[in-house]
Amino acid sequence: MCDTCGCNQPPEAVTFRKPGEPQAHPHDHHDHNHHHHHDHEHDHDHHHGPTASRTLRIETDILQQNNLLAQRNRGWFEAKNILALNLVSSPGSGKTTLLERTITAVKNDMSVAVIEGDQQTLNDADRIAATGAPVIQVNTGKGCHLDAQMIRRACDELAPADGSCLMIENVGNLVCPAMFDLGEAAKVVIISVTEGDDKPLKYPTMFAAADLCLINKTDLLPYVQFDVDKCENAARSVNPRLEFLRVSATTGDGLDRWFDWLRSRQTRS
Amino acid sequence: MHEMSIVAGVLDIAENEARAAGARVINTVEIEVGLLSGVEVEALEFCFSVARKGTLAAEADLVVHEIPGRGYCPECDKDVAVDFFMAVCPECEQALVEIRQGRELKVRAINVD
Repeated sequence: MCDTCGCNQPPEAVTFRKPGEPQAHPHDHHDHNHHHHHDHEHDHDHHHGPTASRTLRIETDILQQNNLLAQRNRGWFEAKNILALNLVSSPGSGKTTLLERTITAVKNDMSVAVIEGDQQTLNDADRIAATGAPVIQVNTGKGCHLDAQMIRRACDELAPADGSCLMIENVGNLVCPAMFDLGEAAKVVIISVTEGDDKPLKYPTMFAAADLCLINKTDLLPYVQFDVDKCENAARSVNPRLEFLRVSATTGDGLDRWFDWLRSRQTRS
Repeated sequence: MHEMSIVAGVLDIAENEARAAGARVINTVEIEVGLLSGVEVEALEFCFSVARKGTLAAEADLVVHEIPGRGYCPECDKDVAVDFFMAVCPECEQALVEIRQGRELKVRAINVD
């Protein structure tokens, strides 16, 4: 049931691995207990008299636990002057290619560390490791998103340097990651022109939560029916504060403005 | 399927509160779900029916209070209904609306024995 840690689904449990290292230590069952207790041995019926049944007012935010951990992460990032970015998109939008190019292009003035989130495989972490950047892969098993606890654990192992930029590549999914604060300074949503230009209207939650929208694969625009202005207007109707950059991670077109955006955020953080 | 994570959170909160109050069984769990919160109520109900097994809420009913979206339009200077996520005022169709209600996601109350 608990897909926060995946701990009752052994083969698919959440794992943390670095390229070139053997499978990291087994997932320790952190501080929640599993509710194995008592199996209701009532041989009495359920009428406890007039005082038995009562209503307790609770008024507690369901995401409170995640939000508290996220705020703790945020404070940790701020103290270490780390610019943490949560990169979200559909699968296949080009996040990993974008990261590869970014790490290489900015390495003289910014050190970048990466947390890769996927349900399975070390493939993306291997690609990042090839650029020389420190990286850790979080495999969420059946989980559809990263959460604040996973980021805490990943940072413990990754140990991103003070003053660095931490890129968190979330699980490819435009729905679930929108709800889980990781403690990032900003959410960057990436959409590629091979997707539909009405995607911001189909998945408004993610576009409403984002700070910057990268429209990627613009080199393919001659071959697809994707209206960039229409996509931006759709996204603006959901989130008037959203900023946009049109880029091609393959050709490098437009990436300079993305690097400038990173530098300006890094200075601010 | 982030609804499963949400339900896990609901059950954790409900069980902790129930235990703290010395209750043995949870009969009802009442939650508030804002219609702009990004949570699918049907999926939530399905997840609850599965995830409650083995908890104090094993037989509990889930009562979902849906909270409609509302926002403030600075142009019209009034509260307006917001459905979907369009941050545009439905009346003047121009001004951008600040969403003030509809993102709720909380456990309101539980009924216990």
